[in-house]
Amino acid sequence: MSQGAAIDHAPPARLGRRLSAMLWRRPRWAAAALLVPPMGWFVLIYLAALVTLFVAAFWQVDDFTGEIIHRWTLRNFETLATSPTYRTIALRTVGIAAAVTVTDIVLAFPCAYFMARIAGPKLRATLFTLMLLPIWLSYIARVYAWRLILAHDGVLNWALGEVGLPPANIGYTNIAMWLVFSYIWLPFMITPIYAAIERVPGSLFEASADLGARGLRTFTKVTLPLVVPGIIAGSIFTFSLTLGDYITPVLIGGTGSSFIGNVVYANVGIANDIPFAAAFATIPAVVMLIYLSIARRLGAFEML
Amino acid sequence: MESRLTRWLLGIWTFLVLLFLFVPVAIIVVYAFNSSNIQSWPIPGLSLKWFGSTWHNQEVRTALWLSIKAALLATTLSVLLGSAAALAVHRFRFFGRDAVSFIVVLPIALPGVITGIALNSFFGFWHFGLSYWTIVIGHTTFCIVIVYNNVIARLRRIPGSLRDASMDLGADGFATFRRITLPMLSTALLSGALLAFALSLDEVIVTTFTAGAQNTLPLWIFGAIRLGQRLPEVNVVVTVVMLATVIPVILAYRLMNQTAADSGK
Repeated sequence: MSQGAAIDHAPPARLGRRLSAMLWRRPRWAAAALLVPPMGWFVLIYLAALVTLFVAAFWQVDDFTGEIIHRWTLRNFETLATSPTYRTIALRTVGIAAAVTVTDIVLAFPCAYFMARIAGPKLRATLFTLMLLPIWLSYIARVYAWRLILAHDGVLNWALGEVGLPPANIGYTNIAMWLVFSYIWLPFMITPIYAAIERVPGSLFEASADLGARGLRTFTKVTLPLVVPGIIAGSIFTFSLTLGDYITPVLIGGTGSSFIGNVVYANVGIANDIPFAAAFATIPAVVMLIYLSIARRLGAFEML
Repeated sequence: MESRLTRWLLGIWTFLVLLFLFVPVAIIVVYAFNSSNIQSWPIPGLSLKWFGSTWHNQEVRTALWLSIKAALLATTLSVLLGSAAALAVHRFRFFGRDAVSFIVVLPIALPGVITGIALNSFFGFWHFGLSYWTIVIGHTTFCIVIVYNNVIARLRRIPGSLRDASMDLGADGFATFRRITLPMLSTALLSGALLAFALSLDEVIVTTFTAGAQNTLPLWIFGAIRLGQRLPEVNVVVTVVMLATVIPVILAYRLMNQTAADSGK
């Protein structure tokens, strides 16, 4: 701390300087000053809300008054375990989420590879922006676009008719939901895979080739294992976002294609049975928490 | 390296994926100029008439205004909270440091319906009525991670020697922050803010659980599509929203990818 700088400062600045020196000597205070507001927000609001959700899953609603009774019961979970309807819904949700994840890996990997290893810097930057742009373009607009495309008199059937094929009529089916979810979440898969491939030093590919590995062998023995954390990072989004969606099932799936999210939404809005909604929501929550902790161990979080 | 054929095939694949991503967006833009109010393909003719009727739609105006108000406050809060968390994690070593990046990403890594119903039951438990404020709380919670990731990526690229030099030259911690760290962070903060704003403006799933009876713009769109009402106006609204998002998002990506050295100037 030089003498000259201290003289230049007026008294209020001197106070600031003293405070600054104090925080420098006690970094814990500085860290606390920065950390308390954001972590306070997460602990007091978000984590508290998650705890409320888990606790509420064990409450029940009085059948007559519609009031929530704060008494512990496993009734909600019994209903879920014994009802074939809810089991079908849970399996449909998880099944489509898994199918969407696999589809997006297949669609995204070649693109990410092309961007990271073949495209020049200019083309790479352009492609990167273009591939990510849809994430920020209105989600609901992109779902709605597919509703128009898949409709009876929509673009798809028109195009099929032009080339002399019969109409597809896949609107309002599970296939339509799989297609639309794959479309909506695809950009979330491209970025982390791209980041993972870009991190692999080019010399590794050359070394593999020098040691006599052909293209496919280099791919399975070198590229793929190193890119797995990126694939897992992407799958967190594609899987989780599909699990937690209820808009696309309403707009694209039609009746008889409910997701867990639709049951949750209906129980919060119309039926007003929040404990039951909470109980059903714990299923994807637990699935995702396990998945996230595994992903964290595998280093996938650096790719997000 | 890859054979010529492989390179071509990968290039073609990438091009097809781009088409897959953008053709549906283009189709909806075309529908906005549909002269008919029936949504069938091909459209019978082009017209601008739905733009006028959308402009005068009071529901759309109210919903848009609520969305913008919520996005402005949620963005401000998430810039403050997200950058504070990023600075703390970058500069200090403390117990639970690794958990911070895990906690901030949870609201977007957990399925949206969980964040939604968790907040809904939390507000219900405390008898906190759903309002503008509950929308803002929900949006801030999942926007923080956007700012956090942007700022921490930039902090990692700022050489620590700059801060040391500033302190050696007699600047105190606050002056160093104001004159060295903050200018170098400014573009990362701006890009984080733009993306957080875009996310807040667009979110539906959490918002349905925190908005109560109010309509944000995406909620109005969802309701209109579901009821099959005012579809020509829905086409116009989504087209305008998408076109209005493109420029800020491209700007945000350019700012994000600037090197720390560029942004210091």
